[in-house]
Amino acid sequence: MAIKQISVFLENKPGTLLKMTGVLAENKIDMRALSLAETKDFGIVRLIVDDVYTASTVLKDKNFISILTDVVGVLIPDEPGGLDKVLRVLAGANINVEYMYAFLGGRNLNRACMIFRVGDSRAAESALGAKGIKLLSQEEIATF
Amino acid sequence: MKQYYQKEIETASREQLKAWQDERLVRQVRHVWDNVPYYRKKMEEKGLTPEDIKSTGDLYKLPFLSKADLRDAYPYGLLAVPLEDCVRIQSTSGTTGKRVVAFYTQADIDIWEDCCARAICAVGGTKKDVCQVSYGYGLFTGGPGLNGGSHKVGCLTIPTSSGNTERQIMFIRDLSATILCCTPSYAAYIGETMKSMGLGPDDIPLKAGIFGAEAWSEEMRRDIETTMGIKAYDIYGLTEISGPGVAFECSEQSGMHINEDHFIAEIIDPDTGEVLPEGTQGELVFSSITKSAFPLLRYRTRDITTLTRKPCSCGRTHVKMTKPRGRTDDMLIIRGVNVFPSQIETVLLNHGYAANYQIIVDRVHNSDTLDVQVEMTPEMFTDNLGEISQRQEALVDGLRSMLGLAAKVTLVEPKTIARSEGKAVRVIDKRKI
Repeated sequence: MAIKQISVFLENKPGTLLKMTGVLAENKIDMRALSLAETKDFGIVRLIVDDVYTASTVLKDKNFISILTDVVGVLIPDEPGGLDKVLRVLAGANINVEYMYAFLGGRNLNRACMIFRVGDSRAAESALGAKGIKLLSQEEIATF
Repeated sequence: MKQYYQKEIETASREQLKAWQDERLVRQVRHVWDNVPYYRKKMEEKGLTPEDIKSTGDLYKLPFLSKADLRDAYPYGLLAVPLEDCVRIQSTSGTTGKRVVAFYTQADIDIWEDCCARAICAVGGTKKDVCQVSYGYGLFTGGPGLNGGSHKVGCLTIPTSSGNTERQIMFIRDLSATILCCTPSYAAYIGETMKSMGLGPDDIPLKAGIFGAEAWSEEMRRDIETTMGIKAYDIYGLTEISGPGVAFECSEQSGMHINEDHFIAEIIDPDTGEVLPEGTQGELVFSSITKSAFPLLRYRTRDITTLTRKPCSCGRTHVKMTKPRGRTDDMLIIRGVNVFPSQIETVLLNHGYAANYQIIVDRVHNSDTLDVQVEMTPEMFTDNLGEISQRQEALVDGLRSMLGLAAKVTLVEPKTIARSEGKAVRVIDKRKI
């Protein structure tokens, strides 16, 4: 069920992100979500895309260093307390969240998708599933 | 396997070698005195005549030659035969921005190529081998020297010169090259290109590499050996003395045998010029005792090394020099501390980074800064920012303990540091002093 996220190494200087988005645009890769973590000199761009295989291949061809990481995609109703409910489940199952980021709406405006990087993806999925929280598959996220 | 090109010479007794050196030195000093006014004047200034040099024991009396002399005497001032007797010139790579021109008679070229042939035989080369020479051809001595040596051994020679790396790999595979000759940085780049083409050590027929013309570390050797599945051997030389092959490594891989029947080596204290005892580290000095066109006596190489005459398991009796720690020209003085790029390379490889790096030295508010730029590799990358920063910190600590100096480490994107097909440009010194 876990979703594959692409993490890309970038130097923290003008134009590097553009170079990467250029490669993706050229190859008609649709980015579904993106998050940036940075230090003074370098950063990691984390991407959820519609076509993981093509995106990884074209990035490698253009000399980017990237790796795939398992993350959990969770569907959250766009309403107060939506995220709170999910985090409560994870905390209850003693699952640590390393980082997370959201994308709102997608093609349907009254919901959001939250991407979680956790210590144990499998445990998170079963804990959330047991509480009836909707998880998103790679295919679902591509068309979210 | 013990294999020689000129067995009687390469395994001659120390007494025999000394007898050859004594006789040839005396003859060479006379030749230079008679034909090179520039050096004769230097001898006269020291009150010397050729009669004062009766054996190698008198060598220390002779004046030194340095790169500055070669520039002063450019182009013909150190030429010792009529120009019409010369058949070739070669020129230094100008890594330090000072170009010199050396002249060769046909006999000088034969000496040089014999030395290269010895190097090829020492790594197991025979006439059955296919030797790909990926050193640059032209003014640089790398290509022509190994090319000539390969012919003398009788190898099928592939003169690819440097560049067009995918074609290099194609020739290695299609023509079953067994020996590769190039600079170590180019060997590393060919290895990297192989990897990106999905080729492993078993996909290429190479068994040995002869890599020289720049300083490289043991760690880099292991790296190249693993990537290509070969034994990597060092070779040493300089245009001023002849070219590659002045010294070469044997199966021991523990220092390079200097061709003592042609070149006498000394180690001196670079500050005082005093000759140092065997086993002491110092500046390497060469006297060329058989060449006729460009016979340099006591030429200061600026290379820092040590010599040993301990018996070698390969059977060669010629003195061995350790891998030069760096040329005194390459040495950086940063905040008063001596730094050799090869030391930085050692730390990088020990920490799992690739040998592609650049050192940027600058001066900010009257204080030197040292920035080591290293390319991120797939092996070193993780999705965890903290982990990458920790490794970066570990590298900073490693550099501090090796150099005794704080350096900044900058991780850069892959393939952003220019690859070299000849000698790598490792240092960018922006200091304006």
